Amino acid sequence: MRGRPAKAKWSAAVLAALAMTLVTTSGEAKSRKDKEAPAAEVPYPSTYKPYPGRPTALTGATVYDGRGGRIDNGTVLFADGKLVAIGGADLAIPDGYERIDARGKFVTPGVIDAHSHLGVYPSPGVSALSDGNEATAPTTPDVWAEHSVWPQDPGFTRALANGGITSLQILPGSANLMGGRSVTLKNVPSLTVQGMKFPGAPYSLKMACGENPKRVYGSKGQKPSTRMGNFAVNRQTWIDARAYMDDPDADRDLGKDTLAGVLKGDILVQNHCYRADEMALVIDMAKEMGYKVTAFHHAVESYKIADLLKANDICSAVWADWYGFKMEAYDGIPENAALIAHAGACVVIHSDDENGIQRLNQEAAKAQAAGRRIGVDIPDAQVVGWFTYNAAKAMGISGETGSLEKGKMADVVLWNGNPLSVYSRPEKVWIDGAMLFDADNPKLRPVSDFELGQPGEGDVK
Amino acid sequence: MSRRAVLAAALAAAVLPFAAQAQDLAITNATLAIGDGGAPVEHGTVVVRGGKVVAAGADVAVPAGMQAIDGTGKWVTPGLFSAVTDLGLWDVEAVDTSNDLEADDSPFNAALDVAPALNPSSQHVAISRAGGVTRATVAAFNGKSIFAGQGAVIDLAADAAMLMKPRAFQFVELGEAGARLAGGSRVAAHVALRNALREAKELAALPAGSQRQSDAMLTRPDAMALAKVLDGSEPLYVGVERAADIRSVLALKGEFPKLKLVLVGATEGWLLAPEIAAAHVPVITMPLRDLPDAFETLAATQSNVGRMTKAGVKVAIGMFTGGNQPRYAPQQAGNLVALTKLPGASGLTWGQAFAAISSIPAEISGYGGKAGVLAPGAVGDVVLWDGDPLELSSAPEEVWIDGVKQSLDNHQTRLRERYKDLDRTYLPKAYDW
Repeated sequence: MRGRPAKAKWSAAVLAALAMTLVTTSGEAKSRKDKEAPAAEVPYPSTYKPYPGRPTALTGATVYDGRGGRIDNGTVLFADGKLVAIGGADLAIPDGYERIDARGKFVTPGVIDAHSHLGVYPSPGVSALSDGNEATAPTTPDVWAEHSVWPQDPGFTRALANGGITSLQILPGSANLMGGRSVTLKNVPSLTVQGMKFPGAPYSLKMACGENPKRVYGSKGQKPSTRMGNFAVNRQTWIDARAYMDDPDADRDLGKDTLAGVLKGDILVQNHCYRADEMALVIDMAKEMGYKVTAFHHAVESYKIADLLKANDICSAVWADWYGFKMEAYDGIPENAALIAHAGACVVIHSDDENGIQRLNQEAAKAQAAGRRIGVDIPDAQVVGWFTYNAAKAMGISGETGSLEKGKMADVVLWNGNPLSVYSRPEKVWIDGAMLFDADNPKLRPVSDFELGQPGEGDVK
Repeated sequence: MSRRAVLAAALAAAVLPFAAQAQDLAITNATLAIGDGGAPVEHGTVVVRGGKVVAAGADVAVPAGMQAIDGTGKWVTPGLFSAVTDLGLWDVEAVDTSNDLEADDSPFNAALDVAPALNPSSQHVAISRAGGVTRATVAAFNGKSIFAGQGAVIDLAADAAMLMKPRAFQFVELGEAGARLAGGSRVAAHVALRNALREAKELAALPAGSQRQSDAMLTRPDAMALAKVLDGSEPLYVGVERAADIRSVLALKGEFPKLKLVLVGATEGWLLAPEIAAAHVPVITMPLRDLPDAFETLAATQSNVGRMTKAGVKVAIGMFTGGNQPRYAPQQAGNLVALTKLPGASGLTWGQAFAAISSIPAEISGYGGKAGVLAPGAVGDVVLWDGDPLELSSAPEEVWIDGVKQSLDNHQTRLRERYKDLDRTYLPKAYDW
C-alpha cells in the first residue's frame, strides 16, 4: 500500500489517542512512603556483556575518527572490546592481531541514532505491537520506553546491516508534552531489552512542543489545546516536581521521579520541537524551571536561531531535508544542518524512521552537499561526526563511544567505499569488538525470531 | 512547436517581459545519460530545438549558429519522471484545507478525477522541479472505496499549463488496504471489484438515456469511469504487495482480457517475478523497502527491483507520496547501484537505475520515447547536473522543460538566502528579501 512515512509518526499518535479511553491519573496507587530508592537498586539493569571478538587490525583504510579527524592509509587496532590505537601506516601491529586489508575502504565509528522508535513501533506495524505513545494524558513522565521495546523487531537487524548502527536511543513518541523516559541500546540481537541496554547510559526525558500535544488533547476537549496551553501544563508540572523534590514526606511518584532526575541533572532532555520561536521559548522555560535541554529534535528551523542554540549549547537533531508534511515543518530547508554547523552549533543527523535509520550517512551527505552549494563547506571528517560523535554527545555516551579513540568501546564500521557516497554500504560492523555483521558471510546476518520460517528468512535485505 | 513553446511565444509577444521562451539549446562535452538504460556517454552533446530533442550522443554536431553551453565536468540527463505522486495536490500535507489527496466523505470514487484540483503553484511542485523532476503522474488516495479515482500526467514547468493528460489511469487498492476499504477482507475487495466492473459493463452496453437496473451499487459517474478500464482505454493501477495477492491480480486478466494492469507496490514481486514478466504487467515500486512492515510485505528486500528486472519485468521507481519526496528518486536509484557490490544482493547497473527514474516510468505512463529520454522527438526536458545525478552530493544546476529554462527558486531557496547569515543588527530579518 502507498504509505506516508512522514505522516505515520504523528498519525499513529492520533489513532492511539482516539482509540484509548482516558485514564485518570489520580494517584490512587501510591504505595510507598519513601520516594528515595536505595542507591544500589537500579531497576531493570543492563545485562549486556560484549560478545567475544578477536584482536583486529584494520589497515590501509581512510579513517574518520568521528571528531573531525581523518587519516589516509590509516590503521585501527582493537582488542578485548576496546579501541587500542588509531594511527597511520606506521602504527605497529602487535602479534596476535587479525589483519584486515581495508585498502580502498573507509572506517568510521559505529553509527548512532539519537532518535529511533525501533522496538516501540516495530515491524510489523500492527496495533498489537504499537507501544510508542502513552497518549492517555498530556504528561506521562512515568512511562519508560524500555518497557515497550520488542527486541525481536526486525528493524534492529536492518539498522545494523544497512546502516552500521551500533547504538541508538529509543524514545517514546511525541503525542505528549512529556512522553516518558528513553532507553539507550547497543544494537545487539537479544532476547530481552536488558540484554541490549547500554551499560551506564543516562536516561533522557522525551518532551514535545507544538502541534502534536495540542492536537491530540485539544481534539478530546482537554488541556492543552493551544501552544499556550502546552506551556502552562509544562510549567505547572515542573513546579509540582520541584515541590515533590523539596518534600521529604511525599509519597513516591514515578513521573515525578523522572522529573526530579531532570532537575538534578541526571536525566537529559530530548525535546521534539520544530519552530525557531518555540525553541526560544522552551530555552527560557528550561531556565525558569532549572533544567537543561540537551537536544532539540526535528528542529527544522534551527538554521534561524543557530546562534542562540550555540550560546545555549543545545544540539539540533535533524533530518536532511524533510519538510511540508505538517504546518510546523513548512520552513524546513536542506541547508539546515550545514548552517547550524557553520554557526558552530552541534548537529546530529537523526532518523525517527525505521527506513531512515538505515541511511543516516546518506542523509548527512545530502545535508553537507546542500551547504556546499551555498558556500558553506563542512569537511567530510566533520560531517561523519553528525551521525557518530555528536549523536553520542546528545545521548550522554560520548565518553564511551561515538569516536575512534584509544580506550573507547570498539564500535566500528568498515565501509566498502566512502560512507558519504550513495554507492557505499557497511561491509563489517563490530560492537564492543565483536563482529556482528559481515556482508561476506551470510551467517553473520542476524535474523529475528519473527522472520524465521517466513519468505525471505536470512535474505539480503 | 510544442504546446508550451507556443504558449511561451504567445506570452512573450504579449505584455509579459519575463515570459519564458523555448530556447534552441545545445550542451556539449558533458557526461550524457540518455535515459534508455545504457551507460553514460562521455563528451556527449544534446541538441533541443522548438521544444523537442533533436539529437543526443557522442557524435552529435551542434547546428550552425546555435550557441552551445559547455558542459565540461557536468552531467546532462533527461528530466526525471516520477510515477504515482501527490504533486499539486497539497501545500501542507497535514493541513486538510490545503490537501486534496483524499475525499473520505464523497459519494463518488472511481469517477474522482484529480485534474481540476492540480495546483502548479504548490511549493511541492517547485521543490521537485529544483530536484530535476520534470514530468509525473498524480494519483489521489482512496476515500471510502477501493477505487481512488483517476490520475493525471503532468509536467512541472513554472507556468499554468501543468496538465498533460487527465484521466490517464484508474487506481484500485487491493491487498490489506483494499480489504479494509471494502469492508474488512480481501474477499470483499475482490467482490467489490468484480461487481463494479460488471456494472460498468452493463452501463456501457445500455442505449443512451435508458435506466440502469435498480440494484446498481455504483453511482452512474463511477460506473462510467470504470467502463474505460474495462475496454483498456484507461490502465488500471493496482495497489498490491503480497505474492498471493499479486497472483490474484494477474488472474484478473483471464476474466477481463482487455484490462491494462500496472502493479503499484509489489513488495513481494520478486517471489513471482517470472509470472509478472510473462503477464507483461509493469511495476511501480518503492525500491528500498526491506522491512516486514505488514504481513503483506514479509518478504521485503531491497533486491526486489533487481530480481524483478532480471526476470524481465518492467520496473519503475515511484510512489512518491508524503515524506517520500520525488526529489529522492536519484538517491533511491543510486542505492540500487550500490547493491551490485553487495554479495548476494541484486541491484541495477547505473544505466538501468537511471532508466528506472526516467524512461521506464514514462513508458508505463504512456509516454515511451516521448519523455524521460533524450531521443529525437522527445520533449525537450533537460537537466544539467553538477555531478553524477545519482550521487548524494549532486544537484541540478539548470532545468529545461519543453526547451524552456526553468526558475529553480522556491520557498526553501528564499528562506536559505534570508538566513544564510544571522545578522539582525540593523533591521529584523523580515526586511531581508
